[in-house]
Amino acid sequence: MKRATSDGNGSAGHFPAPSQAAGLVVVGVSAGGLEALKRVLGGLEAGFPLPVVIVQHRRSDSDSLLTRLLSNWSGLPVSEAEEKEPPLAGHAYLAPANYHLLIETDGCFSLTVDEPELFARPSINALFVTASDYWGPRLIAVVLTGANADGSLGVQRVKARGGRVVVQDPGEAEFPVMPSAAIAAIGIGAVDYIARLAEIPGILAHLAVAS
Amino acid sequence: MEEAGSLENEKIEMDCLLEAIFRKYGYDFRSYSRSHVLRRLRRRVEIDGLLSFSELQHRVLYDESCLQRVLQDLSINVTEMFRDPAFYQVIRAEVIPVLRTYPFVRIWHAGCASGEEVYSMAILLKEGGLESRCRLYATDFNEATIEKAKDGIYSLADIRSYTANYQKSGGTGVFSDYYTASYDSAIMNRELKKDIVFAHHNLVTDGEFGEMHLIICRNVLIYFNRDLQKRVVSLFSRSLARGGFLWIGSKESLRYDDPEEAFEPVVENARLYRKRYGTDE
Ligand SMILES: C[S@@+](CC[C@H](N)C(=O)[O-])C[C@H]1O[C@@H](n2cnc3c(N)ncnc32)[C@H](O)[C@@H]1O
Repeated sequence: MKRATSDGNGSAGHFPAPSQAAGLVVVGVSAGGLEALKRVLGGLEAGFPLPVVIVQHRRSDSDSLLTRLLSNWSGLPVSEAEEKEPPLAGHAYLAPANYHLLIETDGCFSLTVDEPELFARPSINALFVTASDYWGPRLIAVVLTGANADGSLGVQRVKARGGRVVVQDPGEAEFPVMPSAAIAAIGIGAVDYIARLAEIPGILAHLAVAS
Repeated sequence: MEEAGSLENEKIEMDCLLEAIFRKYGYDFRSYSRSHVLRRLRRRVEIDGLLSFSELQHRVLYDESCLQRVLQDLSINVTEMFRDPAFYQVIRAEVIPVLRTYPFVRIWHAGCASGEEVYSMAILLKEGGLESRCRLYATDFNEATIEKAKDGIYSLADIRSYTANYQKSGGTGVFSDYYTASYDSAIMNRELKKDIVFAHHNLVTDGEFGEMHLIICRNVLIYFNRDLQKRVVSLFSRSLARGGFLWIGSKESLRYDDPEEAFEPVVENARLYRKRYGTDE
């Protein structure tokens, strides 16, 4: 796996090596997310070979409680993504409340406070699009429960660049709108996996090492 | 699957566009966060119905109103009063008492956007007994937003959430005493403005401001790449008096930006730093 490098992101176009091994997992989740994240992160084992970066829609003034809860439930260390830090394998990161989280052109995190997108800040689309710019076919994007259509544009972009898309089965989701919208956005045939929460950790573990 | 080549072309075209803006107009975005610039320019191309950054570049070069739109896109003017109220409590507790020991206090508010933070600070200073003993230099590189800051007129809907923030920040007065409501707007009191000087200043290309006691620059460094962040932090160090404070955004840190260790943390979590004694350049 290629580790993100940091060259001050000044110089033009350096792309991940042409290896096909996955490099990053991004997760988008909204209403109903607490339970869903508990199941997905809870199912990932310590030493998971990729970084997992999560946008969970939440109130703009919410504090670090969510991070603490998720840390307790997960085998992976969980923290808020920090400005200009490289995402580390085996670590889960949450987008901080009230900021958009982007993947910089050197693979590090970047935060912005520009307007909410589709009423959301952090925006799932913003993370998915920029992550896909950097990782292309080596990105795995996951859409879970939610009551809006954030993430749909993001998965379109992920697919256009050859990445993998995993969507929670809308029949099981507490709020099916978001996973349904993601499936509709790329067409059911283009979704790599439509799966129940219980199956998602296994799928991620498989995709992480598949090439 | 889309060709990786089109993404590469996009980045080349972006570099050319930023170079063109710099050479023609002097605004230098070449060391801004690339993912941020890419995202904002893509949005502009989509809104204006253009095909590519090259087409945008042509328009920017030949039509100044197009440049103005791009400037607006790249300078995110989003702000609030008493944003992160708990951090304002830290300023009340840690900074105001020190400032009170000076006969006259100079504060630089860099990247002040439409002024909400500056008026918040003016209120804090007033409640800390520093009114008329201080000067606040409020600067931004975006002229349009500076004009808004000068006006100090905000929507009443926003004022409602600012009132809650003010109370959580440890405010000792009544927030509605600081503005006059008129229809659906609130006009900030003239007394708050009398210690404030609004000015145009570009952190990338303009020089230092002398002998400040406090510099506030929140949610501006996140838009810069590490190299530019370092340069701007060094500009702040040169602009501060010894023992002067630097207050940055709640998600920013000096971890990589201060290789000379000109600053030491006062309250690290609150992103409040102080220029070390014995450091001077
Ligand atoms: C997100 S706002 C921050 C406003 C306020 N400090 C806050 O945290 O709420 C960022 C501001 O930085 C300004 N800015 C960006 N680049 C700048 C530069 N090179 N020089 C001066 N100001 C700049 C923008 O115009 C914008 O008003």
